[in-house]
Amino acid sequence: MDKILDVKNLQVSFDTYAGEVKAVRGVSFHLNKGETLAIVGESGSGKSVTSKSLMKLIPNPPGRITGGEIIFEGKNLVNYTEKQMQKIRGSDISMIFQDPMTSLNPTMTVGKQIMESIIKHQKLPKKQAKEKAIELLEMVGIINAHKRLTAYPHQFSGGMRQRVVIAMAISCNPKVLIADEPTTALDVTIQAQILELLKNLQKKMGTSIIFITHDLGVVANIADRVAVMYAGKIVEIGKVDEIFYNPQHPYTWGLLGAMPNLNEDAEELITIPGSPPNLLNPPIGDAFANRNKYAMKIDYQIEPPMFKVSDTHYAATWLLHEKSPKVLPPDALKKHRQVHSKERKKERLSKKRVKREKLLEIKNLKQYFSSGSNVVKAVDGISFEIFKGETFGLVGESGCGKSTTGRTIIRLYHATEGEVLYNNVNIHDKKSSSESQKLNQKIQMIFQDPYSSLNPRQTVADIIAEGMDIHGLAAGKKERLEKVYELLETVGLNREHANRYPHEFSGGQRQRIGIARALAVEPEFIIADEPISALDVSIQAQVVNLMKKLQKEKGLTYLFIAHDLSMVKYISDRIGVMYKGRIVELAESEELYQNPLHPYTRSLLSAIPLPDPETEKTRKRVKFDEKFVWNGNGEEPVLREVKEGHWVSCTEQEFHDYKKHFDAI
Amino acid sequence: MMIINNKEITDDLFQPAELEKGSEDISRPTITYWQEVWKRFRKNKAAFTGLILISIILVLAIFGPYANEHGYDEQNLARANLPPKIPVLEQFSWLGLDGTDIQGVDRYKENGITEYFWFGTDNLGRDLWTRVWEGTRISLYIAFLAAIIDLIIGVAYGGISAYYGGKVDNIMQRIVEILVGIPNLIVIILLILVLQPGIVSITLAMVITGWVGMARIVRGQILKLKEQEFVLASKTLGSKDRRLIWKHLIPNTMGPIIITTMFTIPTAIFTEAFLSFIGLGLQPPTASLGTLINDGYKLLRIYPHMLVFPSIIISLIMISFNLIGDGLRDALDPKMRK
Amino acid sequence: MGRYIFGRIGYMLITFFVIATFTFFLMQTLPGSPFNDERLSETQKERLYERYGLDEPVPIQYVKYMTNIFKGDFGVSFQYDGRAVSDIIGERIGASVVLGAQSLIFGCIIGLILGIIAAIKHNTAIDYVAMVIAVIGLSVPNFVFAGLLQYWVGVKLQWLPVAFWEGFEYSILPTISLSVFVIATIARFIRTEMLEVLGQDYIVTAKAKGLNQFAIVMKHGIRNAAIPIITILGPMTVSLLTGTLVIEQIFSVPGLGEQFVKSIMTNDFPVIMGVTLFYSILFIGVVLIVDILYGVIDPRIRLSGGTK
Repeated sequence: MDKILDVKNLQVSFDTYAGEVKAVRGVSFHLNKGETLAIVGESGSGKSVTSKSLMKLIPNPPGRITGGEIIFEGKNLVNYTEKQMQKIRGSDISMIFQDPMTSLNPTMTVGKQIMESIIKHQKLPKKQAKEKAIELLEMVGIINAHKRLTAYPHQFSGGMRQRVVIAMAISCNPKVLIADEPTTALDVTIQAQILELLKNLQKKMGTSIIFITHDLGVVANIADRVAVMYAGKIVEIGKVDEIFYNPQHPYTWGLLGAMPNLNEDAEELITIPGSPPNLLNPPIGDAFANRNKYAMKIDYQIEPPMFKVSDTHYAATWLLHEKSPKVLPPDALKKHRQVHSKERKKERLSKKRVKREKLLEIKNLKQYFSSGSNVVKAVDGISFEIFKGETFGLVGESGCGKSTTGRTIIRLYHATEGEVLYNNVNIHDKKSSSESQKLNQKIQMIFQDPYSSLNPRQTVADIIAEGMDIHGLAAGKKERLEKVYELLETVGLNREHANRYPHEFSGGQRQRIGIARALAVEPEFIIADEPISALDVSIQAQVVNLMKKLQKEKGLTYLFIAHDLSMVKYISDRIGVMYKGRIVELAESEELYQNPLHPYTRSLLSAIPLPDPETEKTRKRVKFDEKFVWNGNGEEPVLREVKEGHWVSCTEQEFHDYKKHFDAI
Repeated sequence: MMIINNKEITDDLFQPAELEKGSEDISRPTITYWQEVWKRFRKNKAAFTGLILISIILVLAIFGPYANEHGYDEQNLARANLPPKIPVLEQFSWLGLDGTDIQGVDRYKENGITEYFWFGTDNLGRDLWTRVWEGTRISLYIAFLAAIIDLIIGVAYGGISAYYGGKVDNIMQRIVEILVGIPNLIVIILLILVLQPGIVSITLAMVITGWVGMARIVRGQILKLKEQEFVLASKTLGSKDRRLIWKHLIPNTMGPIIITTMFTIPTAIFTEAFLSFIGLGLQPPTASLGTLINDGYKLLRIYPHMLVFPSIIISLIMISFNLIGDGLRDALDPKMRK
Repeated sequence: MGRYIFGRIGYMLITFFVIATFTFFLMQTLPGSPFNDERLSETQKERLYERYGLDEPVPIQYVKYMTNIFKGDFGVSFQYDGRAVSDIIGERIGASVVLGAQSLIFGCIIGLILGIIAAIKHNTAIDYVAMVIAVIGLSVPNFVFAGLLQYWVGVKLQWLPVAFWEGFEYSILPTISLSVFVIATIARFIRTEMLEVLGQDYIVTAKAKGLNQFAIVMKHGIRNAAIPIITILGPMTVSLLTGTLVIEQIFSVPGLGEQFVKSIMTNDFPVIMGVTLFYSILFIGVVLIVDILYGVIDPRIRLSGGTK
């Protein structure tokens, strides 16, 4: 195969006030013609910097390429002048960025923005460039391209904007397309569409793609080869099957193990303890050593070279050295190698649930927001129950009303209509302040954004103890501090952290402080509002494991709100799927996953990329047409129980069809 | 792909290493928010210079008038219109501090005066050194007073408006929008016409529209904070208004409040001087930087020194406060630029 | 969009109404009117009162006053024995408009150039120099500048006339003194905006298309950075206005500002009131135009028809 791009020992640094940050520390890889190479890694791994360096788009100062070569068609781009690079950019190599909301100029029509590079590189006259732009818009699936050409970016939805960005990127038939997390900011169904589009375009145009992402599911879906980056280095590189079914580096093990698999419930996710090193002073030896369970003395002294596993597969870990003891990857990883037999699934499905005590009951809850004359029906009449000790998952895409539901339950908003019964008492009734205080103690919340959820002016001790102060749970200063220490240890932090400020912690640590704050008042019920969506995969696993552990120890009940269906399925007993302010389907998690009935649920499930290339190759996406679902001949769909514990929003006719479907099984 | 370096790789290197426990450790010493702000501020040379300048000017404004025995209203026509003369510096004639006027005549010799008037005297023979620092003191006093009152009203108004939201906010914002539409200069002039110029009336006139800026900033900040998850978290924990306001909202609004105040002060100093200029300033013999500059203009062609000193000082004060304000803005929140 | 403009006009009317009322009642409480002058006899005073309608009850005076304003009649001067205030304004406004416009245009052009260069050459000597100029321009009061210019350029070097209004060269020094603030404000503002815009993702996108730095700044940078400038045009006119009061006095420019100050000194209340109202209308008008302009230029507002 022809190499179109060959990167050798690339090094990139940023000069900051604190010193030189070595963001990329010697990265080597190549890109073959027509293939897709995925670069995966967590935030700060240097994957994005690497991709931008290939086009020399690193802002200089503070960034600079300090060494290495980027060979593109036989020429070393590192030595190219800015002027020479301008000829390459947009024509030979082009790029798609992460956030379509900000990567288009808001005051210029999309047509003009697409035409810019056509006029620049292909020297076409304006009229032809315009025709080409229309053609491109049609190619990326924008309907009515002719008219849309004169529209401004804000008139497009996020997914559509990303299509425009793609149209811009492919306008001059680039040989290499660099996609920097192009789907991270999008909902999962939109993501699936964009991935399909990219694959189709690649087939048509033969472009080579470098795809940067942190999502192993997306990697499995789109990549031919994979490079795993950690702390500015590639730690493992190989064909997609090799990486997923025969990973060699313990970091890759950790990444794969940290993702729950929809096919099986592992008791505990694999976590990678700690957080990535500070690249201001990269550690000596293997940068991963202090998070590596299998670390050896050599890891702290000498940096591991790339060991060859096969002709296409290399990994940088001393574990592959001949003198190293043989270490097998953890058992939990096996799930990625074998698809489970149908038998076991059925067995698990038939596990009978014991009747349990209702803790929370929500009846026809509505939350409308009015801004001016238009009313937004964020939550539009939902009802469900949560049993004591279970985890109820609420999933849906952005804007479906799931977070609003959580906030309304805990009374951050005044419900427009409906009841929330906690232990059979409506908690939305007017209450005396002492009763209301008691409720505040019983129901707690964990928030999404680890950066805004802690008051930057308070110490960790004050943050955690706030609830105790309000409810008078600590008798004196000493007891207060003792309790804070205890809580810190419960969530896996140290006593020494008590008098520090939030900005000194990483995202995962902050999230655990948030959990400790909620636990401080000894609640019974916790609403977790997207508690992990802002975190890296390995950190997500830490938080999820902690939540599971706490549930077991303290008998907590959770309402777990998230958009990541695989994580929700992993942690939840039952799941409700929300769409446009309503629950469209509600069932036990395994049942929902095995027998999704509602078309929206099915499209959602079919859109989630799984970290399993075999499954991804055979994936069939179910498309969801809103019109078809909501206009059931004028009949309002209602949530009906089609099978014990399995509710679907459907019309009378659909209800009978679903019933029949089940009887047939 | 990579050459292993020459270091001998021995068997015992492959012994399992003890996993360092410190994966959650933070090695930096604890540092509070304000300590960090101070650190960042100190690094900003311009802002730090501004701070030093202001400190010097403040000290002089407080103690300067006592440096000699002349009073600010002590007239003596025998020593009128003397140019500045400063010991030591008088050696350098190009500095113009040797007691000669623009015709090159030594007025001190001419009038037989042995005393040194550092900033010279005015047309009534009053000592300008005393008057300039006295004036600086009064200008600063008016500015600080106006800034503090602005701060109190603005924070209260903006805070209430944002915190209670809904209808309260709606009505309060309509009022602000109308007030913003009124050019404050007009209101100030009209008010002083009615109240008669004086320290209190000038301050009051400035405050009457001045607080609106602060109110808007505080409101914006609190509205933003109200959506922050740590405030929501505190609410879900059951905290009452008092705790929310004092523990969460106010500490996080301090930054913008301080910055706004830093820019209110020079504006107030300018406004006071401006009023003197259009005849609505303090009445003689009271001096402020504005009235001194206004007086200086009258004799600009013959005795420029009367204009020079108050001009330099007012400019230094304005520049210093602006530099401090800029520096604080960068130090308090590197992201908040505008 | 239509509703938006409509709303703005509504606010404008209310604001003006408030100002007019405020002015009226303030004037009612004013001490020291020319009629208190002891040299006037009782009959002379009475005649004056009658002539100015000051002997009627306050509510009637108010209604009269308001209707007159809406007819464009601001009353007659005390000082210039019976001359209509609107005439005085009309006669004096010319010089002020020339001075203001010259300063605004000159200031905007220089400020824009300075700010854009500073942003592009961020963290270089050019940037620092530009920002030092800006801080000084922003801080040093315009009357201090005016004094400096008058003394050095006018008195010492004798290059340009230091007073009166008899041709273009007479307007140079006042224009420069007035525009210093404009230059500084615009330069600082555009620099901040430009730096922010240049850090946006869409600039990286443009760069990734292969555009050169010049094209990026011209096509993607300036437009996005300049739109917010419109928002400071309102406060800018106020400071220009304030400036004309002082600068016209210093350079003896026969403009409205100089007249205003003179009237304050002589307690010529109808003129003060008239000019005050005139200034208010001017300011409110500018703010309205700015608001509408903002909506027209920014497609995000123009096309969504949103309120803000």
